[in-house]
Amino acid sequence: MFDGLQDRLQGVFKRLKGEGRVSEEALQAALREIRLALLEADVNFRVVKSFVARVRERSIGSDVLESLTAAQQVVKIVKDELVGILGEPGGDLRLTGHPSVVLLCGLQGSGKTTTAGKLAKKLRESGRQPLLVAADLQRAAAVEQLRQVGAGVGVPVLGPDDGETAVDLATRVSREARERGYDVVVFDTAGRLHIDEALMDEIAVLAKSLDPTEFLFVADAMTGQDAVKSAGAFGKLLPLTGVILTKLDGDSRGGAALSIRSVAEVPIRFVGVGEKPDDLEVFDPERMASRILGMGDVLSLIEKAEKGLDASETERLAKRMARREFTLEDLRDQLRQMRRMGPLAQVLEALPRGGPFKGLDPSMVDEGKLTRVEAVIDSMTPREREKPTLLNASRKRRIARGSGTSVQEVNQLIKQFRTMRKMMKKIKGGWLQKAMGG
Amino acid sequence: MASGPESGKGFWKKLKRGLLMTHTEMFGRVEAAIADRAFLDEETLESLEEGLIAADLGVETSQELVESVRKEAKRFEGGDLSRLRDHLADRVAVLLLDAPQPPARPAGRLVTLLVGVNGVGKTTSAAKLAAWHQRHGDRVLLAAGDTFRAAATEQLELWADRLDIDVVKQKAGADPAAVVYDALQAGAARSADHVIVDTAGRLHNRQGLMAELAKIKRVIERTAAGWKKRTLLVLDATTGQNAISQAREFTRHVAVDGILLAKVDGTAKGGVTVAIARELRIPVMFLGVGEGAEDLVEFRPREFAEALVG
Repeated sequence: MFDGLQDRLQGVFKRLKGEGRVSEEALQAALREIRLALLEADVNFRVVKSFVARVRERSIGSDVLESLTAAQQVVKIVKDELVGILGEPGGDLRLTGHPSVVLLCGLQGSGKTTTAGKLAKKLRESGRQPLLVAADLQRAAAVEQLRQVGAGVGVPVLGPDDGETAVDLATRVSREARERGYDVVVFDTAGRLHIDEALMDEIAVLAKSLDPTEFLFVADAMTGQDAVKSAGAFGKLLPLTGVILTKLDGDSRGGAALSIRSVAEVPIRFVGVGEKPDDLEVFDPERMASRILGMGDVLSLIEKAEKGLDASETERLAKRMARREFTLEDLRDQLRQMRRMGPLAQVLEALPRGGPFKGLDPSMVDEGKLTRVEAVIDSMTPREREKPTLLNASRKRRIARGSGTSVQEVNQLIKQFRTMRKMMKKIKGGWLQKAMGG
Repeated sequence: MASGPESGKGFWKKLKRGLLMTHTEMFGRVEAAIADRAFLDEETLESLEEGLIAADLGVETSQELVESVRKEAKRFEGGDLSRLRDHLADRVAVLLLDAPQPPARPAGRLVTLLVGVNGVGKTTSAAKLAAWHQRHGDRVLLAAGDTFRAAATEQLELWADRLDIDVVKQKAGADPAAVVYDALQAGAARSADHVIVDTAGRLHNRQGLMAELAKIKRVIERTAAGWKKRTLLVLDATTGQNAISQAREFTRHVAVDGILLAKVDGTAKGGVTVAIARELRIPVMFLGVGEGAEDLVEFRPREFAEALVG
């Protein structure tokens, strides 16, 4: 995997930094690293070029290079510039119409239909009365897909009558929504290539007829160099108001965000982060910049941790640890809390690659192992969980059978648990108790 | 090998033309540089590298190719443009051909498992692959193994109807491995030549979903004894360097035999497959070139290489 940019730059400056001042040579090398990092993240090469030129200008024009922390400062310049291009944070949709129409467009497979469902759910939760409209008449069963997505999030779906085209549907949508008491229409359309003139004309006609307050381009975060062409064409031909970036739960660096932002002059509003209806987040340029630079998405992680962890539960565990009462039961609770944050690999993916996490490969984490640990603890009696010394050979065999594991695995867990307890004893009177006010 | 009626020279010409638009500028600069001087300067080589990066070949592969051009240019004191262009196409073709080259239509009864991340076009590709084999005289059966995405089964059924091919399915949310098991039983009973298994899209960093895929593969290994088996990874041609990560992770779990590169009809041509062949030695086998049932062609490394580099 890639090292974070900061690591790379630190290496450059360490190598090339002479007596206090950073040479022109060091700057060149640093800019090369920046260029590589961005290209590896799939930022379009032209965008990279002008970006690097700007970073160069800012680095030379200040005393950054003479500072002792040149690497960090150059990274900061890079990040500031990135955040600048990525633009303002996303946020609420503009819904001033009666009804308001949110029109979605994009290439095939970018995630329009899934996104339509997520948006509809968000709108309903904010107290609106949304109506989903299925106007993808190109792909087989697309209307049926939206019907099912709509049913899943509890939002009604309007589809075309027999023989009706997307354009026909568009002409009656507003009136029908009004009559039936809906105040927002989320209009899903067929995926189309930016070079398909007929379909690009069609979406332009749809936009004219629907007069949307939001016209959103849905784009796949994994897109490569071509992002500037597709987003550029959609942006040029259509009056877009924003972008939704999907599939950010993958491990792509998402350089497409930068490419898209530099050609389509509209803000990124939301990001799709999973397959579930709730997996839509407000776009955050800071996080996106960190991600592109391989610096991890620590903010997302913290947010997830806050969602996953029950504060009072955490406090109780910390107290028990401090009093050295930590049992297997507590270990299991802790495991469960941790897993509530989402798949572990995904949690680790959010950590930066450099620093203490260097060499960490999220794909190496074995989620199955945690499941087995839980199963082993589940198969113990409450007394055994309190007092693992009770576990003799026959009990261990029973637990192995009950959990579908082996005696070795049971032994391994007990051994690990003992080590953990020992470590907790060592920190007695240390930071933990102070932190707990004890 | 003969392909379908729609897929002959026309497509490759179109592919080349589309790519040429991208590369005219790059080679224009190379040409100008050569006309000017008798050698390639750094600036020209850099623009060559940019051209390759623009085609999604990735930094490493592009740099390696440019190095090779630099050497070649030295050998012939600059040489002429067409020689360098040929050289570059040769190098790309070598990378592509370095991966194993399995037959598109192996002899004997066959099971094809289609895998890939969300939205790359697996279901459409399943239908097109079925049509391709049908055109070549095979009795095909489709397995609706995507029981997760809304209406995925209905989508495959609509295609199957058009193509007059049987689909084996279960209700939404069913265990995909069970669907596959049923399909293989049905395939044997109805003496099908080829069972094509569609699966739900899954991001390659989701361990649980990858384990589910490995289970489907195990069911195939067990149930279809005596059949040929292959796993094709469907990639979206617009995807950038992340496709390498996709190929690496999928092959780690289900040993991918080849790539079906979908959506080559846009302006992106999937140059990342060159990097994949180079790094992981996974060959491209088919190209999806449109939304119709006929729009699937067999991959031709040399032609693809030429199209990529002008």
